[in-house]
Parts: sequence; C-alpha cells; structure tokens
Amino acid sequence: MLRYLLNKIALLIPTLVGITICAFAFVRLLPGDPILAMAGEHGVTPARYEELKEQFGYNLPIWQQYARYVGEVATGDFGVSISSKRPVIEEFKTLFPATLELSFFAMIFAMVLGIPAGIFAAVKRGSWFDQSLMGTALVGYSMPIFWWGLLLIIFFSGYLGWTPVSGRMGLQFFFKPITGFMTIDSILYGKWDAFRSALSHLVLPAIVLGTIPLAVIARQTRSAMLEVLGEDYVRTARAKGLSSARVIGVHALRNALIPVVTTIGLQVGTLLAGAILTETIFAWPGIGKWMVDSIFKRDYVVVQSGLLLIALIVMAVNLIVDVLYAVINPRIRAA
Amino acid sequence: MSQSTEIAPMASGSPDRLTGFRTFWHYFSVNRGAVIGLFVFILLVLAALFAPLLAPYAPDVQDKTAFLRPPAWQAGGSAQYLLGTDAVGRDILSRLLYGARFSLLIGAVVVTLALTGGITLGLLAGYFRGWVDVAIMRVMDLILAFPSLLLALVLVTILGPGLFNAMLAISLVLQPHFARLVRAAVMAEKSREYVVAAKVAGAGHLRLMLATILPNCLAPLIVQGTLSFSNAILEAAALGFLGLGAQPPTPEWGTMLASAREFILRAWWVVTFPGLAILITVLAINLIGDGLRDALDPKLRRS
Repeated sequence: MLRYLLNKIALLIPTLVGITICAFAFVRLLPGDPILAMAGEHGVTPARYEELKEQFGYNLPIWQQYARYVGEVATGDFGVSISSKRPVIEEFKTLFPATLELSFFAMIFAMVLGIPAGIFAAVKRGSWFDQSLMGTALVGYSMPIFWWGLLLIIFFSGYLGWTPVSGRMGLQFFFKPITGFMTIDSILYGKWDAFRSALSHLVLPAIVLGTIPLAVIARQTRSAMLEVLGEDYVRTARAKGLSSARVIGVHALRNALIPVVTTIGLQVGTLLAGAILTETIFAWPGIGKWMVDSIFKRDYVVVQSGLLLIALIVMAVNLIVDVLYAVINPRIRAA
Repeated sequence: MSQSTEIAPMASGSPDRLTGFRTFWHYFSVNRGAVIGLFVFILLVLAALFAPLLAPYAPDVQDKTAFLRPPAWQAGGSAQYLLGTDAVGRDILSRLLYGARFSLLIGAVVVTLALTGGITLGLLAGYFRGWVDVAIMRVMDLILAFPSLLLALVLVTILGPGLFNAMLAISLVLQPHFARLVRAAVMAEKSREYVVAAKVAGAGHLRLMLATILPNCLAPLIVQGTLSFSNAILEAAALGFLGLGAQPPTPEWGTMLASAREFILRAWWVVTFPGLAILITVLAINLIGDGLRDALDPKLRRS
C-alpha cells in the first residue's frame, strides 16, 4: 500500500512542476508589460517602475525568476492582492470555506438523490421510471447551469419569494467564523434564526451546483448496478433464498459503489468549474467569484495564485480518490 | 504490392459500405432519443442556415417603442414580437435564430481544432512511444489538471475576450481527451496483424499512422467528437455569460443571457428563451452522442 502511495505521488511531480510553470508563465504571457499589469490600472512613475521590477525580480534571467517564484510559493508566499492590498493566501483562507460549504452541500444533494435513483432505475430496468429518470438525467447533464440558476431565482426568489437572491447570510447576523461553514457555525453559536438564514441562502446555489453531478451519479450508479446484478455472486445470493432487499442492498450495492466513488471524486473539477458560474450568479463569496472578479479588476496576482491553488486542490483530491479507491478495491493495488 | 491494390477496392467497394451504413442506421434508429436528437439538430442547422429568411427582423434592429415587450401569449404582448423583445427593443426570436449560427459555428470550429490537434498528438504519442509519448502525455495531464472552465477563463484573459479567442481556448482545453483516446487506440491497434502486414509491405510511418491505423480508431473519436461539440457550446455560452466570450451586441446565446441578467425579476422571457435554446441544442447533440455510442461501439451493443 505504501509503495502504491509513493508511486502515485511520484507520478504527480511532473504535473506539479507543470502547474507552477503555468502559473509562472501566466503573468508573463499577458499582453502588454507584465509589471504594469501587475501594478494595476493606475500607472506608475519610472522610479516606482524600477522598484517594482526589482521587487518582482524581472531583471533576473528567466530561470532564476522561476526558481524564485517556486521558492516563494513553497514557503506559502502567494503575493499581495493589488486591489485589496491583502496577502492572497489570507483572502483565499477567508473565501475557500464558502466554496467548500457550497460544494459539500451540492455533493450531498447529488448523492442523496442520485444513488437511490440509480439503484431503483437499475432494479426496474426498462420501466417508465427507468426511462424517465435516464431522460431527466440527460437533461441535467446538458444543463447550462448559469441559466438553471437564473430560472430558480426567478421562480423561488422572485415569484414565490421563498429564498434570498444572493449572498451567504442575512446582513443582520455577524459572528466570528469557527469552521467557516455558516450553517455549522450558526448552530455552534446557538443562533437558530442565523442558521435558517444560512440554509435559505445555501439551498438554491447547492441545487444548481449539484445538478450535473446528480445526473452523472445517477447514470453511473445505474450502469454499475446493472453490471453487478448480472454477476454470479448475485445469482448465488438469490439462489440461497436471501430477500431481494438484502441482495440488492448488500451484495450488489457494495460492489456497484466502487466505480461510483471514483465518479464522485472526479466530479471535484466539475464542482470547482461550476462554482465559478454558480458563485457569480448568486453573489456567493467563494473562490470562483473571487477569480472572475479578479480577472475583471485585472488583479493578476490573485488570478495567478488562484489558478495555482485551485489546481493544487484538484490534484490533492484526485490523489485522495486514487488512494481511497485502492483501499476499497485491493485489485488496483496489485496492478 | 499489385495484389494489395487489387484487393483494396473490393474490400471497400460500395455494397460493403452500404451494408455498413445500414448496420449503423439499424442500431442508431433503435434508440428513439437519438433519432429525436438528430431531427432537432437538423432543424437547428436549417434555422441557422436560413436565419435571414426565417427571422422576422434583423438581429440588431431596435424598436424604441417596444422595450421589454412580453411574448405574444402574455398580456401586453403582440404577434409582432412572438417571443417578446429585450431591454433595447430587439426581437428575441430573431436574435435566437441568428444565435443558432454562432452556437453551431462554435461547436464545429472547436471540434475541428481539438480533433486535429488531438489526433496529431495522440498518433505521435501512441505510435512512437518513448520520450515523445512521455512529453506529449505529461502536457495533456497538465491541461486536465485544471478545471476546464477555469483554464479557458485564464486563456481568454491572456488572449483577450472575444468569440474567436474563446473558441481557441476551449479547443485547447478539450483537446487532451482526443489525444488520450487516439493514443490508447493506436497502442491497441499497433501490434495487430494488419498493421504488421502493412509495415512488411513497405508502408512508411506517415502511411501507417494515417491510412492504416487511424481509420480503425474512428468509432470512439466520433462519439467523443459529438460530446465535445455539446461541451464546446456550453463552455462558450458560459464564457459569453461571464462577459469573456462573444461580445455584445453579438446574438450569441450566452452573451444574450449576460445582458438579460439584470432584468430577471422583471422580464422572465429575456432570460428564459436564450437558455432554453442552449439546453435544447446541447440535449439534442448529447442524445445523438448516446445513439452513436450504441451504434458504433460493439462492446456496448445490445445483442
């Protein structure tokens, strides 16, 4: 197992180097002078220009610049945002829990609906339920989620007036974050009206972000179940006279869930890409909206470091999924 | 050599090809959804081609007497503007019809670029292996390490906003899927007897790659191409929606949604119809993709 893990990590090193090269190259590929771009829109005096050039290390040869950049990143120095003048990593730390909370609930929504729906569709293969579920899943998979979000706002916020249009929490509530999850923090502080506010802000964005994973999980669960239901050991279990619920719920499901776990892990990239759109629509203060806002503000230090940090997160999650997969499926480890 | 040229026309002669298509159509048409998808897609192509004839107005004509006019069936609407007008008095139906041109163009251009790049890189990697393979596939892994929309956003930031740059960025992001697919297929086919036979017959590298191996890897490429077509439309619309794709007043559907955003609580129609157009197009293409998979992939074929 340890060898498997080390092997996986070794394979990631070229990607890791590549990611830092991409982030490093990004600022240098921007049209125009990189220092003026990094300095923002306001323009600089010639003296300040030289100072910045020195500060960013642009007078060094390119490989030294890269070595310097990697050194900075490795020690946790991701630069200072041009627009807010705060360290990028500080901004990231305050915004990331919002994206994490949103993604977490989106995934819960997708799994709680997707897995049972997929199982049921497989068991009742060819029924009207199966057909309409697979049809709905394809619609969900084809959904432009930015439009889906707007539709839900029109109906639930505009027409019914049930949910707020944007943000994470009513403005009247304020407390120091403990976990960074508003729903959990409000419970920890015992503020139930704040909890309700947090939940009502969360429900629409979570549904929007969870829609495509829901469709993918439902389809994947169904096809994994169908495959497993035809296996000999399932027939054996049935022949032993076990109840249908036990055969499906224990013997089949346990094996069918292995590929589903991988699918869920692979949705992390989709979630983070979806978060860019979802957070923009719902003015959700997470890293997706942060990236888009920074692009429009030309805060390229933030874009550069955000790109790097998000790629690192995706990479780390994929590694965790690989390892989990090896834990639940010993056949992978041997290969 | 002369023998093989005699055999070749017989093997790919017309009766054989016709039965090939018949088999394909047989399996494709079993899937009702795929046939519906194909039908909708043909309608969309026709709408795009004949937009100037079908559209009641030019896409950028503004009627200063009819801002945010609701669709014909709602109170305040009229048959003059069937799907209503937007905030500057442009006919939404006309803009949607012209918008079909952009979406189909985006899909076609992106798939062509991604397919060309992916086939070239995948063939090189799978055929030559060694350091060529390692170098190419590491770069592909790197592209896949970023969430696709984020990478497209960053690329458009470098290239500058606009429809063409958005298409370039999306092709680059989608291209590794093709490269991986071609590489895997080439590696599987390379040691087959017909390839060895062609090699013995004296075929060069280029001929082996393009004429001998590539045609036998087409099935998964066609399926992936279809899925990328719909992905490209979705991503381009998302970039347009974020303000980094096609720029107003282009009647691209995502861009239309972006400028409609501020009216969502006042005028549902300016938001609903462009998105519905995106959904229907993407859904139709995905239905076709599912049908193609059933028809072209013998492993998944229902016996």
